[in-house]
Amino acid sequence: MSNIIHILFLKDNEAIALFGIIVIFFVIVAFREAIKNDRLKREGKWPPEEQSGKDKVLAWPFLVRKEFLVAIFVMMGVLIWGIVRNAPLEEFANANVTPNPSKAPWYFLGLQEMLVYFDPWIAGVLFPSLIIVGLMAIPYIDINPKGNGYYTFRERKFAVSVFAFGFLFLWVVLIIVGVFFRGTGWLWYWPWQEWDPHAIVAETNYDFTQFIGIDSKSLLGSVIGGSVVVMYYFLGMAIPYAIMRAKNSGTLQKLGFIRYMVVAFLFWSMIGLTIKIFLRLVFHLKYAWVTPWFNI
Amino acid sequence: MDKKSDAKIKEVVTSSQIWKSIFRRKHDDTKRSRVLAIVGNFFMHLHPISVARHALALKFTWCMGGVTFLLFLFLTLGGVLLMFYYHPTTGEAYWDIKDLHYSVPFGKILRNTHRWGGHLMVITVMVHMFRVFMTGSYKRPREFNWAIGVILLVFTLLLSFTGYLLTWDQLGMWAITVGTNMARATPFIGHEGPFGEQLGMTAHNDVRFALLGGSVVGANALLRAYVWHCIAIPLIVTFLIGVHFWRVRKDGFSGSL
Repeated sequence: MSNIIHILFLKDNEAIALFGIIVIFFVIVAFREAIKNDRLKREGKWPPEEQSGKDKVLAWPFLVRKEFLVAIFVMMGVLIWGIVRNAPLEEFANANVTPNPSKAPWYFLGLQEMLVYFDPWIAGVLFPSLIIVGLMAIPYIDINPKGNGYYTFRERKFAVSVFAFGFLFLWVVLIIVGVFFRGTGWLWYWPWQEWDPHAIVAETNYDFTQFIGIDSKSLLGSVIGGSVVVMYYFLGMAIPYAIMRAKNSGTLQKLGFIRYMVVAFLFWSMIGLTIKIFLRLVFHLKYAWVTPWFNI
Repeated sequence: MDKKSDAKIKEVVTSSQIWKSIFRRKHDDTKRSRVLAIVGNFFMHLHPISVARHALALKFTWCMGGVTFLLFLFLTLGGVLLMFYYHPTTGEAYWDIKDLHYSVPFGKILRNTHRWGGHLMVITVMVHMFRVFMTGSYKRPREFNWAIGVILLVFTLLLSFTGYLLTWDQLGMWAITVGTNMARATPFIGHEGPFGEQLGMTAHNDVRFALLGGSVVGANALLRAYVWHCIAIPLIVTFLIGVHFWRVRKDGFSGSL
């Protein structure tokens, strides 16, 4: 355990530990509220009296008072933190001395972790862009009118699950991994292990077509790899579409073709990322698709 | 002093021309006065006059948007104070931080709270987004405000990111090096990205060069980070916060608040 306690107070790491605690706390709050509201709905007691919006109070003093109190507590917390703990300051910047490990600011460590599994243009450029665009697209592709203004899970199972997975696992957990589990050489270290700057892990990774004995850099390999990626998206979009169509799904009708395509593309991109992580860790897959210009 | 003279002094002060010119009206314990306290005050007019009682519960909003705004104000204030002691040059920046630690009165707590407050703001803005998602508050007619919120989130990260370099120590320099190295790999406009080479990108004309003002994290990068951190991004964020808050009021609160 000594190592984790040592790392915990290095650099900005205590802020990231706090981040983890705050997120866990609010996830519990959100899901408890959601379960409570869902139960009230099932029992036909929704909306509860106080949720009807009839019981109004004046902002002055009731809201302003609360804001003031919260402000005092937050300022107090920040001041105490600033008195008790010093902000990190390392040696003078030196372009000739590369620290090992070199880490990006903590909120980008999820993306840096992606570098293990993807080329930089995907991990550092494509994913962030997709995250930003995808987040902004949410209100336009989530056409479910329910769950507007109250916590619920039952009425928004798909939306809440996907967002919770993306935010909690692919963002928060990967940040925690990047901060506390990635040591020298960006190797995986458990909290009780000391970081060893000389550790070497010999790993050979293979491109997808090499598993079936075809050179991934050859034209054939490139075409096969490309087909796999394209087919992944195509089938991922087409199969649920066909099923929903056959069932005469109301959701699909309301979504319309374009919205459905956007949802499916973003969803399968996110899932694809998880699949690639899994394949790399378990089967040592390097690239699914190799071309002279880019690799996926 | 007895009570009588107390009241007299109060009377004289509050009926003076100076007092009346500053405080527009008398505040007493009536409903009208409470309403006017909100709509007739610049600092308060952002609030609605009344809110649903259940919306006041901390377990509903978590206060995270408000805390983020509070931290933004606090960081702006502390940041201005820090700027008095800081030169954005490679020769001086690091030693200015050392000065803040060891010779500027209250310099250490000024810097510490700016650092921790900055991290906290990144945390609270993420949690705010999580809350807004979980209550479905982005749904019609608030779609666009959610989009503004996402942009604000990105700029909050960039604020923190640009601030990272300013200490000009190993931690900041290499974090920015790792972060901006990603830009090399940008498709089309990065020299190591897909199709970058074919389009004539080199380390001296691609998007990373534009971000850093050079091909390495050096003096120009420090100056750029400084200007972005202290002037450009705060201006953009201030503008966007204005729009964000205005839309919160105009679009109305979700869930019959």
